[in-house]
Amino acid sequence: MEQIGILEGRERQVLEKNSGVAQADIACDTSSLSGSVSQRACVFCGSRVVLYPVADAIHLVHGPIGCAAYTWDIRGAVSSGPELHRLSFSTDLQEMDVIYGGEKKLYKSLIELIEQYKPKAAFIYSTCIVGLIGDDIEAICKKVARETGIPVLPVHSEGFKGTKKDGYKAACHALMKLIGTGSTEDISKYSINILGEFNLAGEAWIIRQYYEKMGIEVVATLTGDGRIDAVRRAHGATLNVVQCSGSMTWLAKEMEEKYGIPYIRVSYFGIEDMSKSLYDVAVKFPDRPDIMEAAKQIVSEEVKTLYPSLQKFKKALTGKKAAIYVGGAFKTFSLIKALRSIGMSVVLAGSQTGNQEDYARLKEMCDEGTVIVDDSNPVELSKFILEKGADLLIGGVKERPIAFKLGIGFCDHNHERKIPLAGFVGMYNFALEVYQSVMSPVWQFAPRKGGSL
Amino acid sequence: MLLRHTSKEVKVREGLTINPAKTCQPIGAMYAALGIHGCLPHSHGSQGCCSYHRSTLTRHYKEPVMAATSSFTEGASVFGGQANLLAAIDTIFAVYDPDIIAVHSTCLSETIGDDLQQITKKASDDGKIPEGKYVIYASTPSFVGSHVTGYSNMVAGIATQFAESTGVKKSQYNIIAGWMEPSDMREIKRLAKVMGINIVLFPDTSDVLDAPQTGKHVFYPKGGTTVEELKSSGDSLASLALGSISAEPAAIALEKKCKVPFETLDIPIGLTATDRFIMGISKVAGVTVPDEITADRGRLVDVMCDMEQYLHGKRVALFGDPDQILPLTEFLLDLGMKPVHIVSGTPGQKFEKQMRQLLDERSPETNFKSGLQADMFLLHQWMKNEPVDLLIGNTYGKYMARDEDIPFIRFGFPILDRIGHSYFPNIGYSGSLRLLEKILNAIMDRQDRDALEEKFELVM
Repeated sequence: MEQIGILEGRERQVLEKNSGVAQADIACDTSSLSGSVSQRACVFCGSRVVLYPVADAIHLVHGPIGCAAYTWDIRGAVSSGPELHRLSFSTDLQEMDVIYGGEKKLYKSLIELIEQYKPKAAFIYSTCIVGLIGDDIEAICKKVARETGIPVLPVHSEGFKGTKKDGYKAACHALMKLIGTGSTEDISKYSINILGEFNLAGEAWIIRQYYEKMGIEVVATLTGDGRIDAVRRAHGATLNVVQCSGSMTWLAKEMEEKYGIPYIRVSYFGIEDMSKSLYDVAVKFPDRPDIMEAAKQIVSEEVKTLYPSLQKFKKALTGKKAAIYVGGAFKTFSLIKALRSIGMSVVLAGSQTGNQEDYARLKEMCDEGTVIVDDSNPVELSKFILEKGADLLIGGVKERPIAFKLGIGFCDHNHERKIPLAGFVGMYNFALEVYQSVMSPVWQFAPRKGGSL
Repeated sequence: MLLRHTSKEVKVREGLTINPAKTCQPIGAMYAALGIHGCLPHSHGSQGCCSYHRSTLTRHYKEPVMAATSSFTEGASVFGGQANLLAAIDTIFAVYDPDIIAVHSTCLSETIGDDLQQITKKASDDGKIPEGKYVIYASTPSFVGSHVTGYSNMVAGIATQFAESTGVKKSQYNIIAGWMEPSDMREIKRLAKVMGINIVLFPDTSDVLDAPQTGKHVFYPKGGTTVEELKSSGDSLASLALGSISAEPAAIALEKKCKVPFETLDIPIGLTATDRFIMGISKVAGVTVPDEITADRGRLVDVMCDMEQYLHGKRVALFGDPDQILPLTEFLLDLGMKPVHIVSGTPGQKFEKQMRQLLDERSPETNFKSGLQADMFLLHQWMKNEPVDLLIGNTYGKYMARDEDIPFIRFGFPILDRIGHSYFPNIGYSGSLRLLEKILNAIMDRQDRDALEEKFELVM
């Protein structure tokens, strides 16, 4: 294991921070090397995760069965009402469809679906082969929209047409078609949209509540606990508040251009960033000092109870080391800060989809000797975890068993988080989860920790 | 609740699949390839495919699952994926150093017409495959069949591409595993040992996907059928294929290539299928059944008799993969239970015929559908129309079980929310006993839960 080095051709995507010498920028935004055991996914995956939480729409995957099967109820994006998003719909394309085209099947499927479920809208995802067999999805969608009277939106998410980020963009493109089609009457001047919050474990509800407490109207959450009608009137908001830089910045920029809505980037993880995300919004409404007052009030109240409750975790975790490998780089920044606030240092930080700017900032934030990686793989992750002596890995589903095989703690900061990690309460949950995993008695039995017979 | 979305009225659907009872070929090929020692599965397609398969297998086994991808780009889809695959082969041997790369195709690479045989030959001709290393392949288009087909294709590919006949027969038998868990494969090896025969079992995911905690992350765990064993399978006296859909094609390939005669049996789930398996070994190898196995059988029959009163006439809905649900259905019938609804997303006339035959003889009124639109939505609709006492199937069944408020046993692939399948077999007499225990527990726990206070009894 240890003798396996860094993948040839990947040297520039890995960096160990050393302020003493001049270092080249990390290479990123590249597609993965053929033959690598990459942890990345595809364009379709990007689109699917972004639109998935829209709960009163149907999500029809046009392609062979796999793409629909693997994305059936994979994400704990909670809905307060309808749950159409949690079903799996597929055109299940067969060999004959590949030869003769899948348009008829798509049309029939759509009609059957809309008749069965009476959804508010339909998203149709193109998968790899749809692009190749030349189905005119746009035309079918238009036809069905005309016949059924609901928006039927193609999502151009052929897997090979770029990276997951391009999938985010394709999803945003579909959302852009909906935005602007609803009435903005009665929307307050003091209003926002929450972008890039997917309501995993109910996180969007927590965030929404903070803003509403400040006296701000939340027009739409994109896309957590999402509703088509809310999306349609999102252009009536005064400000876009964007979390998850990778997925939604494009949409925010488009909305700025088309509707003149400015946007800010925020993060809801950790005390520091959570507080800032309330202040940053309040600042945008200077004629209402009460909003800033309310924000301060929330922060002070929350921190008053949260801070002391974190101390026991901090005491236990001080000096422990963490490795972070998550989807978006923006999340990494918050996690570094959140971990520091409970006494932990970060020895490895990486993301699947960060850009140049993200990595520059990451490098600035990290301690000396921290390894920074873009689009990593299990070999590198295990190598650096062992070399740096990490006690915790923060990642997603494919990273979890690697951590456990190495005998260190793990925290899922991706689709499989089961408790809210956002907001002030989320910081407590995060600290608790990290504490419980890192301090678990089971690691002592791992042979590497001297637990052999 | 989630599946309150299911309507009772069954309408014929022409295009749409809702809540599939299958997935696509490549994941089956990936799983099969993990059962060869030192093998790195390779997905020749977009990055997402590989990522999804690894995630699903990881969730099912709670183990790291290693596989590489050609990482198709727009260019590859226009000019063909040959360059990607050749580059991938270079990268993989240089960096991950497997003994074998097992390439499977995807809908994308199949549609653009990549010929894996030709590309792997080119890799070999160009000297890209180091001495003593192998690149094997299987064509696994996602728009044909299901994950079971992909498994079957890869297992057949393993047989054809490794087996050699030296002309000298070896005193050994091939057992070709249909889609089963590492625990089941381990149990097959144990049973063969007890029966006193030498076997080559392939694929064999035990000690790969149920690997112990060692404090290390190893790319190639110690399990898996070795290349030497696979090569020698051509010299075996006979093959037993366990499962006519997932294993038989490999046995046919071996017969064709190396003239190894074969017999196809069901996966030994339940009493009668295990009887056929044990007698099959006994007949083929000319060995007697040891007392140890007879006693195992006796214990299973004993429990079946002891507990028949709790099971008789209990109505069951089940879904899953052909080679597993066929013997399972037989077992349920042997227990006096009533399989009311059966669904498999995997298409195929052979399976259709086998299941029909079993049902025609013993339970003609059972609802059964396989292939297109044989999905969980249909199964759920059937359950709404004709309710059942128990549901058996993979984890996705939990929604239906909750909606209908009936007990549920996890069985099949994938199981994403429980452990056990990797460690405790469902096959053989003792595995079937465990399965029976699960069925009993599910039904009796429910009986206890629902009993009125005066009927809630110590002895049931």
